[in-house]
Amino acid sequence: MLTSESLKRIDREIAKYPADQKQSAVMAALAIAQEEQGWLSSEAIEFVAGYLGMAPIAAYEVATFYNMYDLKPVGKYKLSVCTNLPCMLTGGVDAGEYLKQKLGIGYNETTPDGLITLKESECMGACGDAPVMIVNNRRMCSWMNPEQIDKLLAELK
Amino acid sequence: MAILGAINPMLSVGLDGDNAWRLADYIKRGGYSALRRILGEQIPQGDVINEVKKSVLRGRGGAGFPTGLKWSFMPRSFPGDKYVVCNSDEGEPGTFKDRDILRYNPHSVIEGMAIAAYAMGAARGYNYIHGEVWEIYQRFEEALDEARSAGLLGTNILGSGFDFELFAHHGYGAYICGEETALLESIEGKKGQPRFKPPFPASFGLYGKPTTINNTETFASIPYIINLGGEHYLEAGKPNNGGTKLFSVSGHVNRPGNYEIPLGTSFATLLEMAGGMRAGRKLKGCIPGGSSAPVVPGATMMDCTMDYDSISKAGSMLGSGAVIVMDETTCMVKALERLSYFYYEESCGQCTPCREGTSWLYKVVHRIECGKGRADDLDLLSSVTTNIMGRTICALGDAASMPVQSFTKHYRDEFAYHIEHRKCLVPVDVQRAGSGFFTATV
Amino acid sequence: MEIEIDGKIAQVPDGSTIMDAAQQLGVYIPHFCYHKKLSIAANCRMCLVQVEKAPKPLPACATPVTNGMKVFTHSDLAIRAQKGVMEFLLINHPLDCPICDQGGECQLQDLAVGYGGSASRFQEDKRVVFHKDVGPLISMQEMTRCIHCTRCVRFGQEIAGVMELGMASRNMHSEITTFVGRSIDSELSGNMIDLCPVGALTSRPFRYSARSWEMARRKSISPHDSIGANLAVQVKNNVVMRVLPRDNEEINECWISDKERFSYEALNSPGRLGRPMVRVDGVLREVDWNVALDYVMHALKDVVRTSGGESLAALASPQATLEELHLLQKLARGLGSGSVDFRGRRRDFSADGRLGGIPWLGLRISEIKDLDAALVVGSFLRKDHPLFAQRLRQIAKKWSKVSLLSVSGDDPLIRLHTQVNVSPSDLPLALAAVVKAVAQLKGEVVPAGLDSIEPCASSKTIAASLLEGEKRAVFLGNAAEQNPQAAQLHALANELARLTGASCGFLGEGANSVGGYVAKAVPSALNAYDMFAQPRKAYILLGVEPELDCHNPRQALVALKTAALVVVMTPFADGAAPDYADVLLPITPFTETSGTYVNCEGRIQSFNGVVRPFADSRPAWKVLRVIGNLLALPGFDQDSSEQVRDEVVPPGATFAGGLDNTLRAAPLSLSAGSGLQRVADVPIYFADPLARRAPALQKTHDAAAPTVRMSEQTLQTLGLTDGAPVRVRQAEGEAGLTARVDETVPADCLRVAAAHGSTAALGDMFGAIKVERA
Ligand SMILES: Cc1cc2nc3c(=O)[nH]c(=O)nc-3n(C[C@H](O)[C@H](O)[C@H](O)COP(=O)(O)O)c2cc1C
Ligand code: SF4
Ligand code: FES
Repeated sequence: MLTSESLKRIDREIAKYPADQKQSAVMAALAIAQEEQGWLSSEAIEFVAGYLGMAPIAAYEVATFYNMYDLKPVGKYKLSVCTNLPCMLTGGVDAGEYLKQKLGIGYNETTPDGLITLKESECMGACGDAPVMIVNNRRMCSWMNPEQIDKLLAELK
Repeated sequence: MAILGAINPMLSVGLDGDNAWRLADYIKRGGYSALRRILGEQIPQGDVINEVKKSVLRGRGGAGFPTGLKWSFMPRSFPGDKYVVCNSDEGEPGTFKDRDILRYNPHSVIEGMAIAAYAMGAARGYNYIHGEVWEIYQRFEEALDEARSAGLLGTNILGSGFDFELFAHHGYGAYICGEETALLESIEGKKGQPRFKPPFPASFGLYGKPTTINNTETFASIPYIINLGGEHYLEAGKPNNGGTKLFSVSGHVNRPGNYEIPLGTSFATLLEMAGGMRAGRKLKGCIPGGSSAPVVPGATMMDCTMDYDSISKAGSMLGSGAVIVMDETTCMVKALERLSYFYYEESCGQCTPCREGTSWLYKVVHRIECGKGRADDLDLLSSVTTNIMGRTICALGDAASMPVQSFTKHYRDEFAYHIEHRKCLVPVDVQRAGSGFFTATV
Repeated sequence: MEIEIDGKIAQVPDGSTIMDAAQQLGVYIPHFCYHKKLSIAANCRMCLVQVEKAPKPLPACATPVTNGMKVFTHSDLAIRAQKGVMEFLLINHPLDCPICDQGGECQLQDLAVGYGGSASRFQEDKRVVFHKDVGPLISMQEMTRCIHCTRCVRFGQEIAGVMELGMASRNMHSEITTFVGRSIDSELSGNMIDLCPVGALTSRPFRYSARSWEMARRKSISPHDSIGANLAVQVKNNVVMRVLPRDNEEINECWISDKERFSYEALNSPGRLGRPMVRVDGVLREVDWNVALDYVMHALKDVVRTSGGESLAALASPQATLEELHLLQKLARGLGSGSVDFRGRRRDFSADGRLGGIPWLGLRISEIKDLDAALVVGSFLRKDHPLFAQRLRQIAKKWSKVSLLSVSGDDPLIRLHTQVNVSPSDLPLALAAVVKAVAQLKGEVVPAGLDSIEPCASSKTIAASLLEGEKRAVFLGNAAEQNPQAAQLHALANELARLTGASCGFLGEGANSVGGYVAKAVPSALNAYDMFAQPRKAYILLGVEPELDCHNPRQALVALKTAALVVVMTPFADGAAPDYADVLLPITPFTETSGTYVNCEGRIQSFNGVVRPFADSRPAWKVLRVIGNLLALPGFDQDSSEQVRDEVVPPGATFAGGLDNTLRAAPLSLSAGSGLQRVADVPIYFADPLARRAPALQKTHDAAAPTVRMSEQTLQTLGLTDGAPVRVRQAEGEAGLTARVDETVPADCLRVAAAHGSTAALGDMFGAIKVERA
């Protein structure tokens, strides 16, 4: 189901917790599975649950509770824009609108070429750098004015 | 640069340069000397806790609870594991200081946690890091590796016989995990749903064991307290408000960012450090302690000093030290709508008043914003908040209610206008200009 | 600690909550998420009360009592808080009470009357939650009604031992669901229907069939397993509509298994036998009762006259009532036959005649909670005894060390101390190893016959656990009783008990496993196995279906088909009986007769019929009494079932006397088995005539058709492949089945379930078996 590389990473996470608390690694394991496969299929969730010895529904609870997990396929790049109040005050919402218009899609939609999925996001803990957005849950981009956004989109093409 | 400005700084001293976060740099700045001294001299655990008590360090995570007192709640002799946990889940809108501490000064947190573990007899710790700041999580893991190889973490630290293992755990997008018991559930591999208290974490925490949870900045301050001595640390701030604190200033200022100032510094000074109001516009309102704190009208805010007591007198809370600055281009209905959406979205869904109440609040505020408000909506909002507050498992219920109460109180006319005229008092193009998004390049 | 609630004072132990204290005082505090058997969630917030000096209202269910605490459940603050919560609960709750199955028994509806406002201030769109299909027993069609109390989730985690439901997502989008499209398979799942305070989880078979207020609620006792669960049977127009648990802390607490809950469907099945039938010229024809009974009388007399009393045998089901069992054995003995039994699935009866008394559980059910250690020998625990498993699950979560010596590695969903799985023929050896380990640990003389045994590490672990703590128990399960070396197991368990000071006893297969002995429905001639191994001229069958309920169904069927007379007393006209019966007498199931069950702990529980007999069927005790009268046998003149009962047990007794598990000595002779062996479980929903005929139960995963299960290694040794059709042979019998890999099956064993039509043509439940590619 997962590559040995991913399994090794999961094992490293498991080692962080007491031996009888494997379940503690579920968030990391799901994140690793998602990183490898692009999204979390039911099969992936069930696999992770089995790997950690927990009920599939318990892993599913976790996967549906934290909003950086994608339980449906997303584009090659998932762009999450923070629109929370501090960011909104300095352009977060406008940046989102700008992206929608540039990409011709709305939030939670994917460009027809399957390249980019746009998401609206809650506070990322980077309000001083607004507007901010994250690419694929990993790379945070700060001070995203129109020019910067254009640059980012060009790079992702 | 890490911290945009400071007055008598501690945490942010010497953080220039790309390698400030490295162990070598930290040690050059005097890092790990506090831990070294404690372990070297085998200072009794109680003395360490007393030093922290003397400093009157109050938790930097939001509630402002005295840290020394919290530490003393941990059972002294407990057969079995005890844990220290650091709360770097920083999800409170407006707050972005812990990210910078971990980015530029991670070893201060590691050292602080090691000292805490020593003082409370814990052998294991976790730092729970906000999921959205992935690079910070990776950097912290690297810093942990550095500390482990240098013998500053692990077994028999610095030959003292003291063992402490520390690990990083990342979140994955849930504000509620900042609530300490939700955070523990999350580390246990469950949904981040807060626990009912009592029992408190000091008796029933991580994996059911005694646990102490502190904010990143709280732990980061510990080495400085030990080095300076509790009393000196206290003196750096003002009575009952010990030390310096990082303030995350966001919104309509010229230089948003983190500023370290002694508690008790005037708001005006902080505003000035942050470059003042954008385009010289007027301060309409300020949320002084993160989005959960009640909004304070501009004029009142200008008279405040930045400490727990003064802000509390102004009817708000110092909270996490997130200062959200709003000028006249802000539509207060829209501002509240966004916050209400946040709490509705982030409610863990566990307890009835919060799950149902936050969605109700949002739906009503949203309706007003969309021009479909009704005459009795403001009374309804006030009544719904009363039914939420104080009746939920955790403080998110209160956090969701306070903005609604304060916005509708201080800007009642603006809400009334919105309901009556079905549009903003502040024209949309003015709001847009205020964000500066398009003007930044054009 | 002292607490005052609404002016009333209570003394409560340290650690009590306000809710505990309130219940002690009889003060009602409204609640939804709180349940006495589940962990505290404090999420519904309905139980908010005012506590003196507390600025905020506090949840009674979760707030510990402090000494001198003063609580007000009806103060202005408390009422406002409760009303506020009720308003929140109702804003997204559909107002479909008129069509809701829960109507009339809905906690939300009840409380809304007292605490709800009149008009809703909520004018936004209501939440809609998608329905889910979770299998044949539970309906989750109306999940919009869910109030997120999480009782069902906690039930799975804590009581059933398996988390099948969870609350996915967060905020107001949280919803109760199974893992993507899964069904709910726990054998205790129906309890979640009871736990659900609203109409979100409802009974799928019961849906829309009646409103709660239209039904009468009558007390009964479960006929299904040996625990004797207390039931409330709900009846409308003389039809059983639903079966619910009746609280009895000493027995079933507030739970019942799905078998007990959903088997009632069989009572209303089209297969019910309505009128007596007699075979005339090879064809069964409906006749009047007097004709049928007359026929039976003459036929029995004939057999006895021509072939002697011992040419007759009588077999009853362990589900038969005490009264029925008593009259049946009296009838048989009156006719000169000692071949009467109720233990059809047994093979080894060598303990009979050596028993110190009536074999029983060895302790009271309610004492299980105090056990420090328990060893269960030979049991498909979860499926044979769902409620015992539940009790053991609870104690294992705390401190108790529960171990299993089993013939399969089925997961009992109990946090086990140790589990050892061996083939059925090695079960006595495995138990002997524990006995020897105990003797060695205690430095006592090793009992004779165990010299060559070398205890393994697991036996030593089990042995050690049985020597620790105050109270320990050894239980022999169904697979131990059905084992060909059952008496050896019994003797070894006794020895283990003697050495450790543990109690020792039998879990018991049926509702009257103890009652059958009390009624003396045990043989003085041929036992349940031999009465078919040595075919008789005539048989009387009472509520039993030997083709499914016997150790060797094939042998039973052959004997029945060749017998001169087979009188079958049964509620059902379907099944195999019409093939071999000469007379079918329609008798009533437990819901249509009064009677008594003596459960595994010896508790005597009498019950009344809850509905009138179906068509022309009659309570079996009456039928037997009339037959006795017609035959002019003495002692058949009782007017009521109570009179029959009082003949057997002292009037008013709560527990049967003479309970004693001792076994007079016989030398142990232990030997290891060799060759391929059969392991037969009795799948939970094939186990008795009622469960077999309950359509909803038959749609569950547990009712899947049997396969031939074996470990991968055995599969390979035999040159078979997973999923391949195979032929299984035992002595003269054979069956075509599918091979399946199952790592829970011990090496060199084939697991082939009993009690199913597809395996009825096979032989003994345990013993040599062959398999080959079909
Ligand atoms: C809804 C909610 C969110 C919170 N988020 C955070 C957070 O992101 N970071 C934090 O340190 N504390 C947060 N807290 C406060 C913590 O529960 C806890 O009080 C704090 O971590 C204790 O550390 P301190 O005493 O050092 O402040 C939050 C509390 C609530 C109720
Ligand atoms: S107040 Fe909200 S976030 Fe906190 S426990 Fe209740 S539902 Fe969850
Ligand atoms: S019963 Fe107490 S909160 Fe639900």
